[in-house]
Order: sequence, then C-alpha cells, then structure tokens
Amino acid sequence: MRRALYLLPLGLFLWLAVYFALGLTKDPRLIPSALVDKPAPAFSLPALYDGAPGLSEKDLTGGVVILNVFASWCVPCRVEHPLWMQLSKEKILPIHGIAWKDTKSNAINWLKQLGDPYDLIGHDPQNQAGIEWGVYGVPETYIIDRAGRIRYKHVGPLYPEIWKNDLLPVVQRLKNEKKAS
Amino acid sequence: MKFLMILCGTLLFANAAIAVNPEEVLKDPALEARARTLSVEIRCLVCQNQSIDDSDADLAKDLRKLVRERLTAGDSDEGIKKFLVARYGKFVLLRPPVQGETYLLWFGPLLILLLGGIGVIVFVRRQRAKPAPANEAGLTADEEKRIAALLKDNS
Repeated sequence: MRRALYLLPLGLFLWLAVYFALGLTKDPRLIPSALVDKPAPAFSLPALYDGAPGLSEKDLTGGVVILNVFASWCVPCRVEHPLWMQLSKEKILPIHGIAWKDTKSNAINWLKQLGDPYDLIGHDPQNQAGIEWGVYGVPETYIIDRAGRIRYKHVGPLYPEIWKNDLLPVVQRLKNEKKAS
Repeated sequence: MKFLMILCGTLLFANAAIAVNPEEVLKDPALEARARTLSVEIRCLVCQNQSIDDSDADLAKDLRKLVRERLTAGDSDEGIKKFLVARYGKFVLLRPPVQGETYLLWFGPLLILLLGGIGVIVFVRRQRAKPAPANEAGLTADEEKRIAALLKDNS
C-alpha cells in the first residue's frame, strides 16, 4: 500500500509523457472548425466572371454541395485541381468556388489555364466571406447538406485517397439523408 | 567612441517590432489602444504562435482591420472575441479562457505543487518524529577510538 503511494509520481509522469507524446503526433495546422454542423454563414459575393450570377449562402441550399476556397497564388490548390476537374466531369454534386484574396484577372487566367470545374464562383478579394467562413489557409473544402448546414471541412490539398476515404462517404451519407426524409 | 554614440542613438529610437501598418492605425487613440490590447490576445492562424498584433501574415492584417472596424462600429471587446471564436474556434484566443474544460490547464500546476508540498511536509514530519540515535553521530566505541587516534596524529 505504501509502495503504491511512492509509485504515484512515476505514474503521473508516465501518464503525462504518453499524453504529450500523442499530442506531438497531431498536426497543429489542423484546427477543428467551429462551423461544422452549423448553418453556412450569411455572405454575398460578386461573381468572378462579369455577368455571371454571384454566390451567397442561398446558393448552397437545396442539395448536397461542395464549396471549395481557392486562389491562383496557392500552390496546393494547383495540386488538388485535377481532382476537381475529374469530379466536375463525374457530376456527383455541384461544386462551387470562392476565389479568395485573389485578383480577378489572375483567378480567371488560372482557371483558363487549368480548366474551370466550378458551377458558381464568388470573388472575395477582401476576405469578407473568408472571415465569415473562418478560412485560414487555402485550399479549404466544405461539404454542405441539403438544409444549408456545413457538415465537413477539409483544410489543405484534397488528394484522391482523402476524397475517396473521407469526403465521398460523407457526401453519400448526406445524399441518403435526403432520400430518407 | 563614434560607433558607441551611433549605437546608443539607434537603440534610443529602437522600438518593439510590431506589424501594425501606419495606415491601419485608428485616429481615436483610445480606440486604437483597445484595438492593440485586443490584437495581442488573438492568434494569427497562419503563424500560430504569434498574435495578429505581431504577425505580418495577410490573414492577420485582415483580422486587425476587422477588429478596428468593429471597434469603430461600437462593438465591445467581448463581442469581437465572440465573433472571432464563432468563426475560427476557441483556438483563435491566445489566452485560453478559464472555463470547465480548461480548469486542469490553469490549475493543474498549482495542484501538482500542492501535492508535492503535502508530500514534503509529511516526509519532514516523519523524519522529525523518529527517535534520534543515542549517540549523536551513531558511532561505535571502536570507531570513536580510531577518530581520537587520527586527531592525535594531526595535532
């Protein structure tokens, strides 16, 4: 009994050591979104292309949609771009984009060069919508359900494996939710 | 000498490096002071261990602007913090708020100090309670003799 008491500090130390060691394996850049399971924030952006319809939270309701925040100056956006092109061909769900902190001409040129996978594109040079959405690093990808609620957020480039393993199951689950109700 | 004077001169005008650009500064000094104190407590999410007051990142600049806009619009410090937490999460606050889930973080060290202190007190009391050995140094008669011999040799 007394010996157990002497082992207490050692036990505490080991517990803390394991706790902190586990903490080290986590990526500090991944910040849990405060917005998951909350309604998409109100925002209204002009269209990137002159004459095209703009983008607001109302465009994100009615079906399961994806919102992808990108910028022409963002290298990881270039990495994930082919995946968006492929998904837009497969027509699984609407993909909307926000050109974040980018000039109009740079963003348009970028899409001309690499292809435009987006249904609607809002232009956000001043980070107005970005702050509402809690955007802190492009690319960011959100999945929004039929009711206009954010259900999933992915920060960083979207690789095909991540899409297949993490995002696609969410999309399918949300689509089934729609059928059920 | 000249070098020393130049060094002193530059040090005199040296200022803590801050990222706030002159054009961001509010005209009202009271509001600007509030903006500065508030900015120090808000994390720049790009360069995570800097506040938006320190950071030169673009996002930090946007948030500094936002803080100043909301202050000018008459928002309270707490209101601005709530606004940011609602969008970026609690991580945006550099100083963790004292609340249920952070009690261990804030008071854990104190608790450990308390436990250690109790341990020390208990240990010291026990030591004192032990009966002292009859002979001060606890030596046998034989050892006493050897010491006496050694002392004699030295003198």
